[in-house]
Amino acid sequence: MNMIHKLAARDERVLYIGSDPGAGTLRAMSKEFPDRHLIEGISEAHIIGMSAGLAMEGYLPYVNTIATFLTRRCYEQVAIDLCLHNLPVRLIANGGGLVYAPLGPTHQAIEDIAIMRALPNMTVVCPADADEAARLMEHTLDWPGPIYIRLAKGGDAIVSKAEHGFEIGRAIVMRSPGDVLMVTTGIMLQRALAAADLLAAQGISAGILHMHTVKPLDTEALMRAIQGVKLVVSLEEHVPAGGLGSAIAETLIDNLGGGLPAMLRLSLPDRFMHNYGSQDSLLKKHDLAPGSIAAAIQRSLAAPEKSSSQLHST
Amino acid sequence: MIQISPHAEAAQACKLDDRSLYLRRLVLRAVRSAGRGHVGPALSLIEIVRVLYDDVLRIDPRSPRDPDRDRAILSKGHGCLALYALLADRGFFPVSELDGFCGTDSILGGHPEYGMVPGVEASTGALGHGLSIGVGLALAARMRGRTYRTFVLLGDGEINEGSVWEAAMGAAKHGLDNLTALIDYNKLQSYGPTDYVMPLEPLADKWRSFGFAVEELNGHDVGALRTTLGQVPAVPGKPTAIICHTVKGKGLPAAESNADWHHKNKLTDNELDAIRVAVGDF
Repeated sequence: MNMIHKLAARDERVLYIGSDPGAGTLRAMSKEFPDRHLIEGISEAHIIGMSAGLAMEGYLPYVNTIATFLTRRCYEQVAIDLCLHNLPVRLIANGGGLVYAPLGPTHQAIEDIAIMRALPNMTVVCPADADEAARLMEHTLDWPGPIYIRLAKGGDAIVSKAEHGFEIGRAIVMRSPGDVLMVTTGIMLQRALAAADLLAAQGISAGILHMHTVKPLDTEALMRAIQGVKLVVSLEEHVPAGGLGSAIAETLIDNLGGGLPAMLRLSLPDRFMHNYGSQDSLLKKHDLAPGSIAAAIQRSLAAPEKSSSQLHST
Repeated sequence: MIQISPHAEAAQACKLDDRSLYLRRLVLRAVRSAGRGHVGPALSLIEIVRVLYDDVLRIDPRSPRDPDRDRAILSKGHGCLALYALLADRGFFPVSELDGFCGTDSILGGHPEYGMVPGVEASTGALGHGLSIGVGLALAARMRGRTYRTFVLLGDGEINEGSVWEAAMGAAKHGLDNLTALIDYNKLQSYGPTDYVMPLEPLADKWRSFGFAVEELNGHDVGALRTTLGQVPAVPGKPTAIICHTVKGKGLPAAESNADWHHKNKLTDNELDAIRVAVGDF
């Protein structure tokens, strides 16, 4: 979030627009650039439309609130005011996935990637950690069209690396593909790295392709990375429909036709979460902790004739 | 019981002049070509759009993206036939484009599209979007020190949408006196009377309580529209709402205040004859 202040200092087009964020959000920016730090009330539909108007006049609004309110509440405004007009508004979504676990299903963004990805002109990015989010923000000044940025909790282990660089729409090979290729987005990268270590201890080499940008999906990197692997695994903190796993499956079908590689989609189940606890405890509960991921991959390798949906259901 | 505004009665009685009849002929020309169109919602709007484009907006059809131009957004996008008639007449595109209305390769669809139709500032059609966009445009003018003004045309049915009132609060919060909302109050939405579908009264008090300066007038009275629109903002430091009492389908006796003419799919020979009697041959 502080990146917005830094960008505002460099580029006078940058605006911060919050609905009713936590007290003191971007306080330093509100002092230095009071005219470009706007708090507009719990009125997401209006805020998106207003941001469209501001973007039509050359501003770069960074709109920030909780992910579910920025997607479900004002979907028509996002679709029409932002995507149909193809305006450079940045949607900074707090609490992607299960971050708000204790607050229940109204606050858990579990289908946001699917519904944002479905919109023409929308770009969808899910950084894995704060360093990667900061690198992403550098690229948001000049990217055309709207961007949905799914932020995690903050304080996640830093696993992204500066030497990998960052470009919107360019996947990052975190580990070279082996028997298995895991494709991750957001904070599933941390789980995949730990799962890869567990698999390595069992003699299974697992590569990791970090697909921080789910749309546009980096088809070239994906097609390169699947060469010679026995199993492609998608990992996402999202329902099975329409997210990263769907995007990968669609891309493989579109580019390969027949001869598809074996694929395992690991995701949340197709239901609202009626459990609380923490993001981490819910991920564990739904078999998205490293141990469960490694075990699911081992099972899949051992039983390649089973369909991934059978393997997925628990 | 709702009191009938004298402006509403005046709107019923209001006679149309030659230019208003000519603009209606343009609308009906497009409807005849396409075999369809939102007739009633366009005909209630004609005088409002006419005065805006003839007398109020600082615009130049030769430079439709001039940064200093006044902005007008037709938030009730289904009234686009009135807008198309004015834009064509003012030279934003050839009048002959009206004959392609709703055609596969036409620039003129059943709702106006930004980037497709010269002079259209925003794509509208889904209701309840335009005023928020207008707030953004007006706020940008303030922040940039620009003098352009923003006008947003809203339908009465449209303001059932909660987002309109979110936008109204936002406009008042920022004291956007460079923003004017025009409400086409024809008192008839798709299903039937507004006071049956979702009562709006006391409408002027609603806008006033949301922080707007409010004017009311007969929305077919070209002179009253010129005077009131020529004097915005009605109160410095406040956004203005102008409640325009109109008649849905104004100018076609068969269509006036008739919900069946909200959207017309085909015109019969008898209806075409009646239109010729009402507005002249077209």
